[in-house]
Amino acid sequence: MFRFLFSRVALLIPTFIGVSIIAFSFIRLLPGDPITLLAGERGMTEERYQQLQSAMGFDKPLVVQYFNYLLDLLQGDFGTSIVTKRPVLQEFLTLFPATLELSFCAIMLAVLIGVPVGVLAAVRRGSWLDQSVMGSALVGYSMPIFWWGLLLIILFSGILQWTPVSGRISLLYYFPPVTGFMLIDSLLSGQEGAFKSAVSHLVLPTVVLATIPLAVIARQTRSAMLEVLGEDYVRTARAKGLPPRRVIGLHALRNALIPVITTIGLQVGVLLAGAILTETIFSWPGIGKWMVDSVFKRDYAVVQGGLLLIAGIIMIVNLIVDMLYGLVNPRIRH
Amino acid sequence: MKTKLTFAAALLAATMLSGAAGAKTLVYCSEGSPEGFDPALYTAGTTFDASSKTVYNRLVQFEPGTTNTVPGLAESWEISDDGLEITFHLREGVKFHTTDFFTPTRDFNADDVLFSFERQLKEDNPFHAYVEGASWEYFNGMSMPDLLKSIEKVDDLTVKFVLNRPEAPMIANLAMDFASILSKEYADQLAESGSLSDLNQKPVGTGPFQFVAYQPDAVIRYKAHPDYWAGKQPIDDLVFAITTENSVRQQKLIAGECHIMPYPNPADIESLKSNEALKVDEQEGLNVGYLAYNTQQEPFDKPEVRKALNMAINKEAILDAVFQGAGQAAKNPIPPTMWSYNEAIEDDPYDPEAAKQMLEEAGVSDLSMKVWAMPVQRPYNPNARRMAELIQEDFSQVGVDVEIVSYEWGEYLERSKAVDRDGAVLLGWTGDNGDPDNFLAVLLGCDAVGGANRAQWCNDEFNDLIQRAKTLSSQEERAKLYEEAQVVFKREAPWATIAHSVVHMPMRKEVTGYKMDPLGGHAFEGVDIAE
Repeated sequence: MFRFLFSRVALLIPTFIGVSIIAFSFIRLLPGDPITLLAGERGMTEERYQQLQSAMGFDKPLVVQYFNYLLDLLQGDFGTSIVTKRPVLQEFLTLFPATLELSFCAIMLAVLIGVPVGVLAAVRRGSWLDQSVMGSALVGYSMPIFWWGLLLIILFSGILQWTPVSGRISLLYYFPPVTGFMLIDSLLSGQEGAFKSAVSHLVLPTVVLATIPLAVIARQTRSAMLEVLGEDYVRTARAKGLPPRRVIGLHALRNALIPVITTIGLQVGVLLAGAILTETIFSWPGIGKWMVDSVFKRDYAVVQGGLLLIAGIIMIVNLIVDMLYGLVNPRIRH
Repeated sequence: MKTKLTFAAALLAATMLSGAAGAKTLVYCSEGSPEGFDPALYTAGTTFDASSKTVYNRLVQFEPGTTNTVPGLAESWEISDDGLEITFHLREGVKFHTTDFFTPTRDFNADDVLFSFERQLKEDNPFHAYVEGASWEYFNGMSMPDLLKSIEKVDDLTVKFVLNRPEAPMIANLAMDFASILSKEYADQLAESGSLSDLNQKPVGTGPFQFVAYQPDAVIRYKAHPDYWAGKQPIDDLVFAITTENSVRQQKLIAGECHIMPYPNPADIESLKSNEALKVDEQEGLNVGYLAYNTQQEPFDKPEVRKALNMAINKEAILDAVFQGAGQAAKNPIPPTMWSYNEAIEDDPYDPEAAKQMLEEAGVSDLSMKVWAMPVQRPYNPNARRMAELIQEDFSQVGVDVEIVSYEWGEYLERSKAVDRDGAVLLGWTGDNGDPDNFLAVLLGCDAVGGANRAQWCNDEFNDLIQRAKTLSSQEERAKLYEEAQVVFKREAPWATIAHSVVHMPMRKEVTGYKMDPLGGHAFEGVDIAE
């Protein structure tokens, strides 16, 4: 197990360096630069342009810029945003809990509904239940997030007035962030109704963000279960006279879970991508919107720092998934 | 009815929560996060709304709802006969905000004025580079380092600005956001504790509202400054609920989650107007969208060719299709809300037949040209691609073949400056300080050729007029010269002036006293909520 773990961790280092090169060069490949965009229609003199270029270090060769960046990274310095002039890491840490909270709730919703629904659909293969689950999964999978989010807002917030339109908590509640997770902070604040308000604000964005992963997980669970249900050992278990619940829950599901866990791990990337749109629609103060804005403003420091931090998180999640995979499937450990 | 009840309930809860009986909270659904709270570091209107318009004052201010300058922190000022010295007499007894991070021990004085400008001007000021990449963009963009010879403290309540050359728009410049007055005492305290960057994160000013808290991308909280020199505001608390998506802002306004919002979707304005709980204010924006020919290239170097092409453009169709009604046809290079706007000028009529004939007379046939379409949405042009297509169609009616080109925004701005640029460029401008010089000299002056003067147009008659106007201090005399300059502009037609946008501001009916700012800002001084 340790060797397995060690080889996985060792792989992270070259991956991280690769990501840093991609993150660094990707934004610089786009035409346009932050200084021109900063000046806008007004423009600036060539002299002042050069002065700002050298002040920001953009006049050095790219390779030198990259190694300086890497050196700063090693010291934990992710740079300073060109637009807001605040440290990138500080901005990331302020915004990330919001994204994490939303993504966590979305993946929980997707797993808690997706897995049982997938199992049910597999067990009742061909029934109306199976067909409607798979039909909805297909619709969910192809749902344009932006449209879906606005639709839910107009229905549930506009017409029915069941949920608030956007934000993380009602503006009536004001307490300084402690953990950055609104559900926890609202409880800690001790203000009456704050937790309820935080939950009600979380409902629609969670549903929207969970839609695609939910569809993927349900479909994956169903097909994995179908495969396993046809195996000899399941037939044997049934022949032994075990109750169907035990056969499905213990014998079939545990084996079917292996590809499902991989799928769930892969959904983390999907979630972060989906968070960009979901956060924009629901004015959710997370990193998705922050990254998109920075790309438009060519805020090199934020884009490369943000990409690196996000990639780091995805790599760690994948590592955890690999380890879980080892736990579920003993053959992998060796 | 249900909406009203929810809203009333929300307000009631707000009242109870704030503790004081009758406390009023105004919620503004703003369109984005401020980049920071030191307005001189930035150029975005969103940042100014959250900093200079709320927390700070300036020596001179724009009278709400107009572009006229009125006294702010300076009660009065005198300009010397040669136009080189401006002496400001400061208001006495002005209090800075008392917050949980700063308690002022003295009133506003000349030291604060000196600090506010010197941090932008002098490299040895400890706050000149207090955040990484501080470039003081507007201060430099308005040529302040060239203009300012010195700023002197005459006594505690008198400051003298000495200029290198007479500059009539200087007073208007000092009403701009970058000229906001910060507290030197607060800056000194921050310098002592080594937390310089707090100047940009926890602002302290003399303005109508004081900063309470900011959660990035979520909410900014202010409360009314109890000792505000112009009197305490009618509302007690001001909240910016940051909501970037305009359709979501609209839903929040309808649901009563906010009182007022900027930048509605033009297509939704009619439905907002018909909502009983809402009202929609509107005003022409201080901007102009134009098509700039390259007047240094054949055949666009001939005024009659440019004039003919201008007559081929169907502006009404553009207003319908591109502005969806939220625009007004432009005949002059400055917007109608600006002083010196020449009403008497008649726009070129839309007349493709006459245009065709004029082109023939000018000896132009089989003309093909490029039209550049911006890749971004701007207030003065919400959809440049669509506009370019309409112009393409219009020009084809007079036998001119158009190819539409576009580049990434930064590239677009850069490439369109080139003197040998091929093609006519769609672009526009939003005014900074309400002074006509800020349009006419910046965009059409000879100095700006190869820069912001995208028509590459240098006309001596026009240039003389605007240069002369710059040296006069009487607004009336300046206006005459600018009116004349507009006549020259119309005759020479370096641009096809297309449109000025019309800005809409939807709000709940109970909001009173909101004045739309022709300069595009959003300020809440004097705003109240009717019981």
